[in-house]
Amino acid sequence: MLEIQNLKGGYGAVEVLRGVSFDIEAGEIVALLGSNGVGKTTVSSILSGLMKPWSGEIRFQGELLNGQSSEAIVERGLIHVPEGRHIFPNLTIRENLELGAYRRAKKNRARNIEKVTAIFPRLKERFDQKAGTLSGGEQQMLAIGRGMMAEPELLILDEPSIGLSPLLVEEMFTLIGQLNADGLPVLLVEQNVLQSMEIASRAFVMENGEISLSGPTKDLMNDPELKRSYLGLS
Amino acid sequence: MPDLAIVLPSVLNGLTTGALYALVALGLTLIYGVLHIINFAHGALLMLALYGVYFLNTVLGVDPYVALFIVPPVMFAIGYTLQRLVITKASHGRDENILLVTLGLAIIIENLALMGFRSDTRIIDTPYSFEVFEILGTFIPQPKVYAFIGAVVTAGLFWLVINKTDLGRAIRALAKEPKGARLVGINTNHVFAMSFGLGVACLGVAACLLLPTYYVSPHVGQGFVLVAFTIVVLGGMGSFVGALLGGLIIGVVEALGGLFLGESLGQIGIFVIFIVVLIFRPTGLLGHKV
Repeated sequence: MLEIQNLKGGYGAVEVLRGVSFDIEAGEIVALLGSNGVGKTTVSSILSGLMKPWSGEIRFQGELLNGQSSEAIVERGLIHVPEGRHIFPNLTIRENLELGAYRRAKKNRARNIEKVTAIFPRLKERFDQKAGTLSGGEQQMLAIGRGMMAEPELLILDEPSIGLSPLLVEEMFTLIGQLNADGLPVLLVEQNVLQSMEIASRAFVMENGEISLSGPTKDLMNDPELKRSYLGLS
Repeated sequence: MPDLAIVLPSVLNGLTTGALYALVALGLTLIYGVLHIINFAHGALLMLALYGVYFLNTVLGVDPYVALFIVPPVMFAIGYTLQRLVITKASHGRDENILLVTLGLAIIIENLALMGFRSDTRIIDTPYSFEVFEILGTFIPQPKVYAFIGAVVTAGLFWLVINKTDLGRAIRALAKEPKGARLVGINTNHVFAMSFGLGVACLGVAACLLLPTYYVSPHVGQGFVLVAFTIVVLGGMGSFVGALLGGLIIGVVEALGGLFLGESLGQIGIFVIFIVVLIFRPTGLLGHKV
């Protein structure tokens, strides 16, 4: 449902992506892995229209997305939950969720708030508090909840485990698995290689702005290259 | 201790003026809160709105209160267009450029007004200009009472828009978290322009309420914008309730200052309070810590 061909892009004159290609099929979790600074966040920023690509092709459900505005991309159901959450700290939890349906699924807003708070009961407990008062883990839940409010066709989760305690990281990955169990395709952009591989069906590993390794996660788990460089096993 | 019969009319008068100051400040604080710039063209746009009300009345015979249905929507359209087609385009996304562009707009608008309307001070004549209401044993000109009510109602509507509508939520979201706003599909250019338009529409309301007891000249806006800026800082930059409260306080302080120090020194009180607040509460009365 999402195909990316030879994507190039960067900041100013600095090329960050040197030709990235990958794809996501309906219903699967695909992990985009790699250490800090390899260009993962650049990929997701381009996909959600925050940055314009230099060249290459992005097709979402058959349609070309290149250079479209972020509003148009949200309208099509490609929803990006960004690294660092970027929730609205001065708005209440309720208002944050309501704004998640600003561009899409507005008429199902009340029903979807029920749904999201059923998944994240902790948000319900603090419904009318300012989102800035939430803990890091709760803010991450709110960011995902806000994304769910738009009834995504594809969810991009950018570093959902960053800054969370190991216990919460475990909880977060279980949750992402549950979201996907209902058929929601997820692009999981992560540094946390091992746990991402456990829930993803396929993975693409990025290095220096290119895909260096890809395949079904069960094959990659045994890849000697990956074991050495990311899992610390030899 | 001065007689209550002297002080009370001053306080009531101050409240009516203060409510109008608050309206001007409300627009300024909205634009500051969302766009993070001081709109230097605020005074010039108020002047433009006052001329609008003036000519509607003198040429077409439209009552200033009927003009409430004409001038604010037109001012909204002017504000929206200015932000979308002039300020954004000319500033290339840099805050300091926006500041300079609004300053430039102010100079252009004021000098065009000077060229077109000359520097004459003009007033309108309405049947109720010299009518009064008796309130708590003192006499208050009717237009001042209407102005107070109009300003309070407008502030209430403003509060509803900001707090209870999707547009208001988007405005507040964009003010603090532009990236998050784009990721939920908020059209940021549109919402910036809506904020600017709403802020400028407040000036349209203020102009309609003001003219029955005031005058218009090409430089009339400058005094207002100085006071309004003081109110915005006093209330806490970007705080709506702060702007309302600050407006009323400044109105009363100015009136009492005029009473005790004489009309020409009345504004001293404003700036004394301003300096005292800034020394003890640098973020303003209702401002948040940075």
